[in-house]
Amino acid sequence: MMRRCFQLFLMVCLFLPNLLAQRGGELRFCLRAEPKTFNPVIVTDEPSEIIRYLTGGVLLRVNRQTQQVEPELAVSWKILQQGRKINFKLREGLSFSDGTPFSAEDVAYTIRTLMDPALHSPTADSFRSSAGPVKTTVSGTYRVAITFPAPVAGLERLFDQVAILSSRSPRREMAVLGPFFTAEYRPGAYVLLKRNPYYWKRDENGESLPYLDSIRLEIQQNREIEFLRLERGQIHLIDRLDPEFFDRLAAESPSSVHDAGPSLNSEQMWFDQVPTSPIPAYKKVWFESRNFRRAISESIHREDICRVVYHQHASPAVGPVSPANRFWFNAALKPHPFDPRGALRRLEEEGFRLQGGVLRDRGGHPVEFSLITNSGNKPRELMAAMIQQDLGQLGIRLNVVTLDFSSLIERISQTFDYEACLLGLVNVDLDPNSQMNVWLSSASNHQWNPNQKSPATNWEAEMDRLMRAQASVIDAGKRKAYFDQVQQIVWEEAPFIYLVNTNSLSAASPSLRNVSPIVMLPQTSWNAERLCFASQTARSQP
Amino acid sequence: MWIQRIARNLLVILITVLLGGLLGATLVRVAPGFGVDEQLLDARLSQDSIQALQHSRDAERNILLFYARYLAGVFHGNLGVSHTLGRPVAQLLAERLPVTFYSVGIGLLGGWLLGLALALPAAMYRFKAYDLSSTLLSGLFLCLPSAVLGIVFLFVGGPAPLAIALVVFPKVFRYARNLLLQTYALPHVVTAQAKGLSGARVLLWHVLPPAAPQILALAGVSLSMAFGAAIPIEVIYSSPGIGQLAWLAALGRDLPLLVNLTVLVTVLTLMANTASDLANVACTSQPQ
Amino acid sequence: MRKQRQFALGILVVIFSASLMARVFAPAPYARQFRQSPNAPPSRQFLLGTDELGRDRLSRILVGSQVSLLLAPAAALLSTLLAALVGGVAGTLGGWWERLAMGAADLFLSLPWLFLLLTVRAMLPLNVSPLLSVVITFALLGSLGWAAAARVVCAGARGLRTSDFILQARACGCRSLRLLIKHVLPSLKPALYAQFWISIPVFILAEANLGVLGLGVAEPLPSWGNLLRELENYRSLLADPWLLAPLVLMVLVVSCFQIIIPLEDFPS
Repeated sequence: MMRRCFQLFLMVCLFLPNLLAQRGGELRFCLRAEPKTFNPVIVTDEPSEIIRYLTGGVLLRVNRQTQQVEPELAVSWKILQQGRKINFKLREGLSFSDGTPFSAEDVAYTIRTLMDPALHSPTADSFRSSAGPVKTTVSGTYRVAITFPAPVAGLERLFDQVAILSSRSPRREMAVLGPFFTAEYRPGAYVLLKRNPYYWKRDENGESLPYLDSIRLEIQQNREIEFLRLERGQIHLIDRLDPEFFDRLAAESPSSVHDAGPSLNSEQMWFDQVPTSPIPAYKKVWFESRNFRRAISESIHREDICRVVYHQHASPAVGPVSPANRFWFNAALKPHPFDPRGALRRLEEEGFRLQGGVLRDRGGHPVEFSLITNSGNKPRELMAAMIQQDLGQLGIRLNVVTLDFSSLIERISQTFDYEACLLGLVNVDLDPNSQMNVWLSSASNHQWNPNQKSPATNWEAEMDRLMRAQASVIDAGKRKAYFDQVQQIVWEEAPFIYLVNTNSLSAASPSLRNVSPIVMLPQTSWNAERLCFASQTARSQP
Repeated sequence: MWIQRIARNLLVILITVLLGGLLGATLVRVAPGFGVDEQLLDARLSQDSIQALQHSRDAERNILLFYARYLAGVFHGNLGVSHTLGRPVAQLLAERLPVTFYSVGIGLLGGWLLGLALALPAAMYRFKAYDLSSTLLSGLFLCLPSAVLGIVFLFVGGPAPLAIALVVFPKVFRYARNLLLQTYALPHVVTAQAKGLSGARVLLWHVLPPAAPQILALAGVSLSMAFGAAIPIEVIYSSPGIGQLAWLAALGRDLPLLVNLTVLVTVLTLMANTASDLANVACTSQPQ
Repeated sequence: MRKQRQFALGILVVIFSASLMARVFAPAPYARQFRQSPNAPPSRQFLLGTDELGRDRLSRILVGSQVSLLLAPAAALLSTLLAALVGGVAGTLGGWWERLAMGAADLFLSLPWLFLLLTVRAMLPLNVSPLLSVVITFALLGSLGWAAAARVVCAGARGLRTSDFILQARACGCRSLRLLIKHVLPSLKPALYAQFWISIPVFILAEANLGVLGLGVAEPLPSWGNLLRELENYRSLLADPWLLAPLVLMVLVVSCFQIIIPLEDFPS
């Protein structure tokens, strides 16, 4: 009898902490810039997106871990007319954070507000594959249908970005359906989110979510300070941790750091191929030569970059899609090899000659060009210095110029007064349709030669055809086949020279439970509604 | 006579401020990257949206018209709306000025106290060892980048005003030391000391008056020095003040915000320098 | 005092000549990345260790001193001369000249010069020679940095306008320019020396900040300013004190500059 009591007592002691772990506490982490807006339809910057993710209720959510679409506010959905129309059946009996009831009218209102052409919202533009009005039809309190002017590829995933507004609440966009709502905002200091008492989701035991009482988003630009605060326990999470800090923290407290493997992001460089750019004609000839671009790519030592700049928390990149994008990645492709001899052979094919340590082209011009990149990004500056040395082995003189971001953007999108540029691509969306404006030759984000009236080369014409083809079919397998070919062309022609895919590094305080960092953003707070502290005595000192 | 002098000074201040605002606005307008937005790199935007984005700053392209509209707005209390933060400039300034005034004020005071406290013994006693060590100390703080000073301070838990004081004091120390040394070498001071007057009396009655003009002028320009130091310190401390605002505005080429900040800084600089000029006049018109 | 001055002068001469002969003295090429040993501690091969890309820190400090030691004092001299000219003339002449000059000085203190520097960068070709870029940078710094000192100099000159010896000089028929150069400016030496001494480290650090905008030295050239940016990694300072080498050297040089200016050189 005593023994049984004792065993029971032990079991209770073992499980009690977990039972006690469930509720309360304030999660704190940093936003790296001031949020520009709390209105979910005009969100463009990252801090506002984080706030939208934590406060907004969406019809369909892309589960950040499984990368699959899941029902949220919509219980079920149906795509009709090859992606022109989508019907939603909504969850019943829900309310906004101020008690206002939720119905199909709110969805219609949100879509109408979002699709307003005068708003120029990037979220809305992802739906707009062609011009024309978007129609919403409410057929019942909880049924709504949305019709688009033309088929939209990957339609359902786009609803992950559409946070539903209330059409009737006096609090306007501050009434939300997500796990938290914005309670307080002190400009320059912090944003305080509090638990939404009307949040509909419950966990497996029927407990209402979220577990946390509040989330405090401190506004902190400096990463050293952010890291310092994590070490002191003043904040609990860091997303997109710098590799250097990762190593430091891993030495002190290995359970706090997480390396989720390659992220969706890549670092790449490209050459200016705009015919009307003010660079000398002989340089234009170099940049337009496929062999030249491939030679440059093959003379860059990507493994060294991964090791020295990213401390092994990166891997050589293949193309626009990283291996982390499991469905869309073309697994048949491998990164360009490090082959300086092969590179020299390619250059010799184009008439370049290495004489006395200087590479010269057919006309006798020494090969010298500049690489611009944005200042304030340490890894990129280091990468540029490493590329400078690598190209120096081929007799190429590279001049690295760091510019402030606005000057750089002006050069690459308006004046085209640059020769080569090194930047990174942050991919938030898995579906390559969101990159349409990068691969279409007529689009503005076709960075090496934007806004072409007609494709300048055969391979760009082919890419145009393939991108349009993948946008016009629904079947994922067919779309993948088309986009695999696009990746193959990019690999062959190297308009972008892809350097590395950085890993998703994050840090989380050991006092947090249910943390499972992933590759997509937000890395650690994607399941904020299920995060909780290990014990009630979790540090909550500011 | 005094009223005339002050009125004349106010007029000069007004003209200089107006000119300063226009020149500042022109510098921003002419610099590369004006009217360019980070959003242009967002691949989701349609052609229409990109066009709209590129034309969103058209109202500011003609700088003279912009400035005229801005001045007209100022008379109604409307200082314009910031692009980067999306809020009225007047509101932003009202929120952030107190923070900066506090840290710059304390920082300046601390810097001057420290600078003078180190300079006076150097001039009065002229010990070689003291001179050497104070030179090394002020040299150390002069050679430390403000970013490093700020980060180290934040690490040890020091307040931002103290960091600003440490950036300001070496400059104050150097000028004050040189000026006081020169003044202590003047014949009438030497005579006074030889006559056996106490150190304090010599300092107050014979040293400070001749040195006052240059020291007061230094006090005026040290306000600009402190504001300059406040920008990196505030960015590091994430302190929501004018310095951080100036940094954000510069990065984003936020013309409405930058014009207002230039005008503000010009007004404050002019007021400080005019005050020191008037103080100089007041001092030098005292009987010797 | 003489011994101290001679010693300081000696140190400066040694450092100057080492910087001029930097490429001879440097143990390893300053730009060569030893990628197998980034952030290495001091060893026989790397006396002060290596930086993040495996480049020898000692070589970089020596080569970096070429830029900083030669150009920063030149820029400091430029700004001091401008301050002397503007402040001295304004203070001596007085009246509307003074108001105009001081108004200009106040504007110079308040305008956002960052944008002028960005514009200059935009006007230079991207492939500009590193020497030209860094010379232009320091020339700009020198020509923008005179305003604060000019105010102090002007206040001093104003005070002298009515002093005995100036009145005497005028009575002897001394013309304004001569007056300025021979009689007024020597009395203002303390302020000018202070300005010169302060400007050297300020310009060295400013050059590093301008590197962020594309001006200043270009990779792989080092300068003391951008070597000092390594210190932002404050944590390693405790673990790796050799990172402080550029700071120690800079403080040493700056202090020597001050010591060689004799105290007795302040005339009454």
